[in-house]
Amino acid sequence: MKLFEYQAKDLFKKNGINVPTGKIVQSAEEAEEVATEFGIPLALKSQVLVGGRGKAGGIKFADTPSQTYEIANQLLMLEIKGETVKKILMEEKLNVESEFYISVVMDRSAKKPLIMASTQGGMDIEQVAMETPEKLIKYHVNPLEEFLPYQAREIAIQMGVPNPLISKVSGFIFKLFTIFEKYDATTSEINPLVVTPNGVVAADGKFEIDDDALYRQPELLNLVTEEKDEFAYVKLDGDIAVIGNGAGLTLTGMDMLKLYGGKPATFLDIGGGASQENIAQALDLVISNPQVKVVFLNVLGGITRADDVAGGVINVLNETKRKIPLVIRLTGTNEEEGQRILTDAGVSYETSMEAAAEKAVEMARSLN
Amino acid sequence: MIILDENTRCIVQGITGKQGTFHTQGMLDYDTNIVAGTTPGKGGQKFGEIDVYNSIAEAKKELDINASIIFVPAPFAKDAAYEAISQLDLVVIITEHIPVHDTIDIVEYAQQQDTIVIGPNTPGIITPGVGKLGIMPTHIFQEGEVGLISRSGTLTYEVASQITRAGLGQSTCLGIGGDPVVGMDFSSVLQMFEEDKNTKAMAMIGEIGGNAEETAAEYIREYINKPVVAYIAGVTAPPGKRMGHAGAIIEGESGTAKSKIETLEKAGVQVAERPSQIAEIMKVIL
Repeated sequence: MKLFEYQAKDLFKKNGINVPTGKIVQSAEEAEEVATEFGIPLALKSQVLVGGRGKAGGIKFADTPSQTYEIANQLLMLEIKGETVKKILMEEKLNVESEFYISVVMDRSAKKPLIMASTQGGMDIEQVAMETPEKLIKYHVNPLEEFLPYQAREIAIQMGVPNPLISKVSGFIFKLFTIFEKYDATTSEINPLVVTPNGVVAADGKFEIDDDALYRQPELLNLVTEEKDEFAYVKLDGDIAVIGNGAGLTLTGMDMLKLYGGKPATFLDIGGGASQENIAQALDLVISNPQVKVVFLNVLGGITRADDVAGGVINVLNETKRKIPLVIRLTGTNEEEGQRILTDAGVSYETSMEAAAEKAVEMARSLN
Repeated sequence: MIILDENTRCIVQGITGKQGTFHTQGMLDYDTNIVAGTTPGKGGQKFGEIDVYNSIAEAKKELDINASIIFVPAPFAKDAAYEAISQLDLVVIITEHIPVHDTIDIVEYAQQQDTIVIGPNTPGIITPGVGKLGIMPTHIFQEGEVGLISRSGTLTYEVASQITRAGLGQSTCLGIGGDPVVGMDFSSVLQMFEEDKNTKAMAMIGEIGGNAEETAAEYIREYINKPVVAYIAGVTAPPGKRMGHAGAIIEGESGTAKSKIETLEKAGVQVAERPSQIAEIMKVIL
C-alpha cells in the first residue's frame, strides 16, 4: 500500500523526522483560508500516488491568498496519469540551500534492506545511478543485526555531506531506516532532503507498506482506503477477459492471446482451490465489464477441481442476462467429471491452453 | 534428483490445520517419507499412523528427522521457520502472505545455519518416484531427466504435464515461490541440477518482476553446461500492476519479460514462445 505524501509526512513527524509546516486541503476556499493563516509564499502540492507529479504541473507556488485560490482550483481539476487530484498539501515555501537524497528499499535480489543516499537530491535518482553512480551510496543492512547510528554517520560521510551537517543528515538516515523497520515498509524515501538556513527538512516523502504486514500495523489500518479484492484482478485495455487459476497460468493465458493476435481485457487469478461460487463470482465480474466481448477461462486444476469449475460455469450461464461467448480450457484434477458436466450442458471446451486462446481470438475477431 | 531424495525424513509443521491435514494426506499417498508432525499443544495426538508432537525438538528425541514442511498461518510462519532452521537441513515454506520483513530474517538465518529454504509461497518440491514436499497434483509427473524450476505453481503443472505427455519425465521439480524475496533462487537450483547425474537438461519458468531471471542468465553463461530451456510469463503485463503474485510486478524499467527473454537468449538459453514448446525442444535435446 502506497501512502500519499501528506500521510507519509504525518508518519515522519510522529517519529521525529522534521517536515515543513503544512496543512491538507480539499477545496480552493480552504486553500485561501490556509494562505491567510500561514502567510505566504506557499507551495501547493497535488496529492497523487503516481510518480512524475512535478513534471505534470502538480506542484505550484502562490504569492497571495487570491492567487492561492486560483491555483488550488486549477490543481483540483487536474488529472495526473489518470489519477484525479482530490487533496492538496499546502506547505511553507522552503529556502533551499542544497538538496540531498535518502531512501530505504527492500532489495529483492540481495534479500536485504538497501539504504541509498546521495548529495544529488531533487533529481530522478535512477538518472543519478546511471550517469554518476559514484555519487549514489548503497549500503545493505544485515536484517539480523541492529542498525546503529554510527553506520548512518558512515553513510553520510561517504555521501560527502559537509562536516557541520553530518550529524543532522545521519540522523535522518537513521530515523528513516527505523520507520522502515517499524512499519513494515518496502519503500521509504525522502527526495529531496532540503538544507535551509533554518535547518534540514524532509521536503518530500514516499512510503510504501507491505500489504501482507498490515495485520500487525494497527496505526496504519485507518489509512487503508482500497477494499481488498476477492481475486487478484487487473483491468486491461483489450476485449478478451482472461480468467485463470494461478498467477503464472493467467499471465500465460494473456500472452497466448497476444501471440494469436488478440488483446486481453482482464487479468483475473482465481487462485488455488476456488469453489463453484468463486468461479461464478469471477465470471460475473468480467461479464459486467462492457469492454469484454469474449471470456477465456483457462483452468488447469491442481487444488482447484475441474468439476467445481464446470459447475460454476453452468450456474452463471443459466443465470446471467448478458450472453457472452465463453471459451473454456479445462484439464487437471477431476477433469473427466468436469468435462462431462460441460458436455451434458451442451457447453464445448478445449484441453489445450494454446488452442483455446486461438479460438478466443477468432471469436473476438468475428464479433468486430 | 536434487534436495528431496531417499534420505529425506520430513516433519510437517501445522499438521493438524486444514491445509496441513489435506496436504499431508496427499504427500503420504505419494509415498513421501513423512515421519512426524507438530502443532504446539497437540502433542500425543495421531495423524493416521503418524505421531504429532508439541515441537520439533520433542520429535527429534524419538525420531531421525532432517527436513520440514510448513503449513502454519503467515503470522506464525517466521517462528515456525526459525524452529526448523535451527535443527534441520531443509525447510519448505508453503505459507502465503508472509510479511517480507519476516522473510528476509528467515533467509538470512537459514544462510547462517546452512539450511536450505524453499519458498515461501511455493508449491514445493517433487522428485517423481521418491516423494513430494508440497501441494502439487502428482499424476502429471513421471520419473525422467528434466530438472524443472519455476516461480509459478500452475504453470509448472502445465509444463510438467506436457513433458510427461511427450514421453519424457522429470528428475526433480522445484517451485522457488512467487514472493519478492525467496530462499533458494534459480541460480542455486540450476547449480544443483548441473551436478546431478540424473538430470540431463533444465526447464526454467520465470515471470515478470525483479531480476532473478537476469541473474540466473549471468550464472548460466558462467557456470552451467547442461542445456537450459526457459519460458517467461507476462509479455503482455502492464507496468506498475501486481499480477497475482506479490513478486510479479514491473517496477519502472526493471522486471519486464522482454528484458528477461533478451538476457537469457544472450546467455545461450533457448526461450520458448509458448509453454508447450518446452517439451518439444526437450524432445529434440534428449
